[in-house]
Amino acid sequence: MSLNVDIQSKLGAFELDVQLRTKAGTTVVFGRSGSGKTSLINAIAGLTTPDQGRIAFRDTVLFDAQGGIHVPSHQRRIGYVFQNARLFPHLSVAQNLDFGARFAKEPLSVAERRKMIDTLGIEPLLNRRIAALSGGEQQRVALGRALLSVPRLLLMDEPLAALDTARKQEILPYFERLRAQGGPPMIYVTHDMSEIVQLADNIVVLRDGCSVVGGTVEDVLADPANVKLIGVQDAGALVQGIISGHEADGLSTIELSAGQLHVPKIGAPVGAKVRMRIRAQDVILSLSEPKDLSSQNILLARITEIQTGEGPSVAIALRTGSDRLLARITRRALAQMQLEVGQEVWAVLKANAVPPSAIARSEINGGVA
Amino acid sequence: MLSAAELAIVALSLQIALLATVVCLPFAIATAWLLARKKFYGKSLLNIAVHLPLVLPPVVTGYALLILFGKQGPIGSMLEAYFGITFAFRWTGAALAAGIMGFPLMVRAIRLGIEAVDKGLEDAAATLGASRSAVFLYVTLPLVTPALLAGTVLGFAKAMGEFGATITFVASIPGQTETLPSAVYTLLQVPGGEDAALRLILLSVAVSILALAVSEVLARRAARKVAGL
Repeated sequence: MSLNVDIQSKLGAFELDVQLRTKAGTTVVFGRSGSGKTSLINAIAGLTTPDQGRIAFRDTVLFDAQGGIHVPSHQRRIGYVFQNARLFPHLSVAQNLDFGARFAKEPLSVAERRKMIDTLGIEPLLNRRIAALSGGEQQRVALGRALLSVPRLLLMDEPLAALDTARKQEILPYFERLRAQGGPPMIYVTHDMSEIVQLADNIVVLRDGCSVVGGTVEDVLADPANVKLIGVQDAGALVQGIISGHEADGLSTIELSAGQLHVPKIGAPVGAKVRMRIRAQDVILSLSEPKDLSSQNILLARITEIQTGEGPSVAIALRTGSDRLLARITRRALAQMQLEVGQEVWAVLKANAVPPSAIARSEINGGVA
Repeated sequence: MLSAAELAIVALSLQIALLATVVCLPFAIATAWLLARKKFYGKSLLNIAVHLPLVLPPVVTGYALLILFGKQGPIGSMLEAYFGITFAFRWTGAALAAGIMGFPLMVRAIRLGIEAVDKGLEDAAATLGASRSAVFLYVTLPLVTPALLAGTVLGFAKAMGEFGATITFVASIPGQTETLPSAVYTLLQVPGGEDAALRLILLSVAVSILALAVSEVLARRAARKVAGL
C-alpha cells in the first residue's frame, strides 16, 4: 500500500506544504496544534481542496491540481474518525454503525460485522441513543462506523484527545487489536507521544505546515537531531523487549537485547513482546559502573552520536545491544565527562521512568488476536 | 352544532391551507438550502424576492398575483392554455395566494434550521460514502425536522389566516374562495351578522389551537430525537 501526498495550500496566513509517502501499517502524523495536521488529513479525505499538488492512493489519483482531478469524498473510500466522534444524533448506535454499509460496494458479512462489534466491545450499546454514550464509547462507535464502511485507508484525527488519561488507556488496546487484526492502513494524527509507542509503525513530523521528518518510528525517535522537533520533554527512543517475569514486589522484568529493565508492573503475560519509550530526559549517564545507586536499571551502552544545539542541553544517541537509546544531558556535563562518540558509558534509568502507558505489546498472540 | 355552510367554509379553508403548505414545502426547503449553503450571483436578490410578500401590503401582493396569474395575465394565460390550470377566482387561486404569503415564513424557519446543522456531521457522512444527495436525505433533512415542523406550522397558520391577498386576487365567492377570514369579514359587513361571525371566529380559534397543540407534540418529539436522546 502506499499513499503519496504532495500538496500545497494557503489558508489565510497559514501555508501548508506537505510531502508524505506511507508504507504498510500505521503512520502517525505528529505535530503541535496548529502545525497543519488536520488540514493535511482533511485534504486526504477530500473534505478540502488543496491549491496545488497531487494525492494518490495505490494506483488511484485522488487529487491532481494540474490534471483538474478531485475525486469527491464519498468516492474515495477513506474512513475518517474525527476528534469529536461526530456520530449522527438522530440515529441509534446500530444505525450509526450501519450508515456506511449501505453505500459500500462490498459491505462486511454479518459474521464480520459481529466480529468487529465484539472487538470494539460495543455490543451492549447497539440500541442506545447517542446522547447516552460516554466520550470513550462514542469514539469506539465512531471507529466501528468508519470500519464498517469498508475503507481502504483509515484517517484518525486525535481520536483520544478529548478523553482523560484513564479513558485513553481503556481505548488504546482496541486500536492495538485492530492493528494486530490487519485492518486497513491507518494515518493517525496526534500530538501525544504516549499514543505513538502503542500505535505507530511510521511517523511524519509536521511543523508550521511543513513535513520536516519522516521514517520508521524507531529511526525518527532515536535520532538525536529530532529531539528539539519532538520536544525536549517528549523526546526518547523506542526499545524492544520480552517480558521475562512479574515480581512479587510490584515490578515486571523486561529482557532487552543487552540487559534487563525493571518497570512498574504491566498487564501483559510473560513471554509477550513489548516496545517501550524511554524518554531522553530520564536517562542518566555514568562513566563507571554505578554500584550503590537506588536504580536497578543500568545498561552498558556505546555513544553513537552527540548532537549539540543552541540550548544548554545536549542529545546523545547510544546503542545497547540491538537497541538504541537517547539521553539528554547538559552541555556542562558533556564537557566535564569528556564524552566522545564510540565511548562506552553506563545508562541509568529509574524504574518509574517507564510507566505502563509508555509500554505497548508489539505483537499480540503472535500477531493474530 | 355546526351548519352545513359553516362546515363547508372550514373544510374549504383547511383544503386551501393544506394545498398551499404541501406544495410550498419542497420549494421552501430548496430555497432555504440555497440561501443557507450556497454562494451564487443574485443571492440577495432571491432573498429579497422571497421576503417581499412579508413586507408588502397584502393587497399589493394580491393585485400582483391578479396581474400575473389572472386569465389575461402572462403566467395565468399560459398555464390555462397548456395545463388547463385556472387560478383566477378559483380555490386554487386562494391556495396560491395563501402559499405565496406563507412562503417567506417557511423559508426563514427552515433556513435557520439548516444553518444550525453541524457541517461536520455532513462531512462525516461523506467520508462514509454518502453522495451529496444522500447526505442531504439521510443527515441534513432529519436534523432539520424541528425547523421543518416549525416552518410548516407557521406557513399553515399564515395560509389559514390569509385575507388581504386572497380577497384581492380571488374575491370571496361562497363555496369557491370564501375562507374563514373572508367569511367573517363578509358577515361583519351585513347588519345583524355579528352572531354568525362570532361562531366562525370561535371555530377559527379552535382550529388554530388544535393545530398548535399537534405541532407542539410533534416538535418536542423531533427535538428530542435530533438531540440524540
